[in-house]
Amino acid sequence: MLEGKNLACVRGERTLFSRLNFMLNEGELLLVQGANGSGKTSLLRMVCGLLAPEFGEILWQGEKIGTVRESYHAEMAYFGHAPAVKEDLSAFENLDFSCRLAGIQVDHEEVKGALGHLGLGHCLNLPAKSLSQGQRRRVALSRLLLAKARLWILDEPLTALDQAALQLVQSLIGEHLHQGGMALLTTHQPAMIPGITPKILDLSA
Amino acid sequence: MSITQTVFVLLQRELMLAMRRRGDVLTVLFFFVIVASLFPLGVGPDPKLLRLMGGGVVWVAALLAAMLSLGRMFASDYADGTLEQLVLTPTPPVVWITGKIVAHWLVSGVPLILMAPVLGVQFGLSGDALAVLVFSLLLGTPVLSLIGAIGAALTLGLRGGGVLVSLLVLPLYIPVLIFGAGAVDGAMSGLGSEAHLSLLGGILILAFMLTPWAVSAALRISIE
Amino acid sequence: MTNRLNLYKYSSPATFYALAGKMIPWFYGAAALLCIVGLYISFFLAPTDFQQSDAYRIIFIHVPASWMSMFIYIVMAVWAALGLAFNTRLSFMMASALAPTGAMLTFVSLWTGALWGKPTWGAWWVWDARLTSELILFFLYLGFMALQAAIDDPRRADRAGALIALVGVVNVPIIYFSVRWWNTLHQGASVSMTKAPSMAAIMLEGMLVMALAVWMYAIAASLSRVRSIILERERNSQWVAQLLETEI
Repeated sequence: MLEGKNLACVRGERTLFSRLNFMLNEGELLLVQGANGSGKTSLLRMVCGLLAPEFGEILWQGEKIGTVRESYHAEMAYFGHAPAVKEDLSAFENLDFSCRLAGIQVDHEEVKGALGHLGLGHCLNLPAKSLSQGQRRRVALSRLLLAKARLWILDEPLTALDQAALQLVQSLIGEHLHQGGMALLTTHQPAMIPGITPKILDLSA
Repeated sequence: MSITQTVFVLLQRELMLAMRRRGDVLTVLFFFVIVASLFPLGVGPDPKLLRLMGGGVVWVAALLAAMLSLGRMFASDYADGTLEQLVLTPTPPVVWITGKIVAHWLVSGVPLILMAPVLGVQFGLSGDALAVLVFSLLLGTPVLSLIGAIGAALTLGLRGGGVLVSLLVLPLYIPVLIFGAGAVDGAMSGLGSEAHLSLLGGILILAFMLTPWAVSAALRISIE
Repeated sequence: MTNRLNLYKYSSPATFYALAGKMIPWFYGAAALLCIVGLYISFFLAPTDFQQSDAYRIIFIHVPASWMSMFIYIVMAVWAALGLAFNTRLSFMMASALAPTGAMLTFVSLWTGALWGKPTWGAWWVWDARLTSELILFFLYLGFMALQAAIDDPRRADRAGALIALVGVVNVPIIYFSVRWWNTLHQGASVSMTKAPSMAAIMLEGMLVMALAVWMYAIAASLSRVRSIILERERNSQWVAQLLETEI
């Protein structure tokens, strides 16, 4: 149960949005839409706790995220514009480290499995700098398979993915939602998640 | 996973990354050597003069090398998005920040400590003075990494980064320089270096306890 | 937000702008008056020191400038702390407004120190503890201003500057102590500005008057500066548009 109350965002000197409210329950998908620069990324970063809202608050299970930081961070996974992949490490090492740093115990088989699931089985040990943008994004997304996060916050997750990967990610999100997870997405593309009718939050309004 | 385990994983990752970019690490070490070697070229090879200057010169060179290495601490993580992910882990920021700083010191500070006796010999420092030089650097270089981390965190993503960090951080380094070089002088003049070294130790403890909080605040400000 | 102390009204930039505008002339006036009195004391009432002749009179500018440069840094840090604690934009603006005045005073202190040193000890610069600390303070001011100048986003600039100011203020005692230590170790019992000619009471009074004059000036200058900062930050708001209409 994620809730945003009366949120206002000021970047530079422009007010991007104000008096924004939303609620997200288990199994629900919230799509954030709006023109470029309307504050979609800023809203997602506010939900993560990276950006302090000018006004208003974000509540997780009824508590302000600032007060339950540790447990909140344990239950959420954020995927931003930058794929958060270290160039000098291989795909395997990247996923292994990012899981363990987030406190998730994983063994080698699980890591290989997750990468294989996203079609990266053949380039496990290549340094990430030799992977394409799309491949790096898939490395980052593979963490979603291993993290037991109930809330997924994804900023344009479908960009730079080919058709096969697109469908894969969409089905991943669908599965996550069916198992009772929540997802908050921004996307320019129409996100067709099988069997789910998303809530829409339009920031241009 | 416990907190110590997470820090250990972080250290592992940082060291692995440093090993893959050995060039960066070695450049800082070479800079240290070159800067120290410039002084005799500038003031002449008179051994008496060099012996007097030795402690101070090696310390100044260490300061500058430490400052040069600050670019490695957070900048690449900030650029590729891994820094945000660290902020979003359940681990308290102060903990992993300390881990990062320790990793930075291991990679950028310890080589300086190991190279210092070689430079000290070039300046004609005696055995006692060399020992004190190494010990003072052992106490002082972690402080340089700790205080430098504040500057590095505040200037993430800014243009003119390196010079700006110097302006912010060098004034704060001055006490460390004074006590570090002073310790070596004390050993050479026979007046003893216990006072300097204890003060340096005190500064280290203070910095270790306080700076991670400042770095955490600085990162929050820069990441917004 | 209504049942709060009236003071919160003044944390609104618009209200503060008007208030500051009214206060500035008074502070400039006080500064001018005190300056005249102070200079009179320093030139006519203070006795000629038999060791240093009349050149020593520069301390009537040097010492007040030093005191105020230090004082302003502390005030700046207080505003910075208030800004970070209460997230009030005006606090940050005040900190930014104070910095150039503080830096200038540090600069004046360094130059007047040199001008005193030359006729007194024959050297333009002496590495005594006070002058060296003033030099480091100058760098701290410059660092603050450079950091704020390098950051485009006003919110980040405010908060980053505030943090460095606080880190600086915590370090200043440590820096001063270490420089004193360094100075006594190396210079021994030679020149020191702190061992100034034994103060005749009138000299101390003169310096206090000048210090007050500088303080009034600093307040007036910072208030003017903060008004400019307010106008710039709030340039898209309605009250500024109205102000510009009425003033033009």
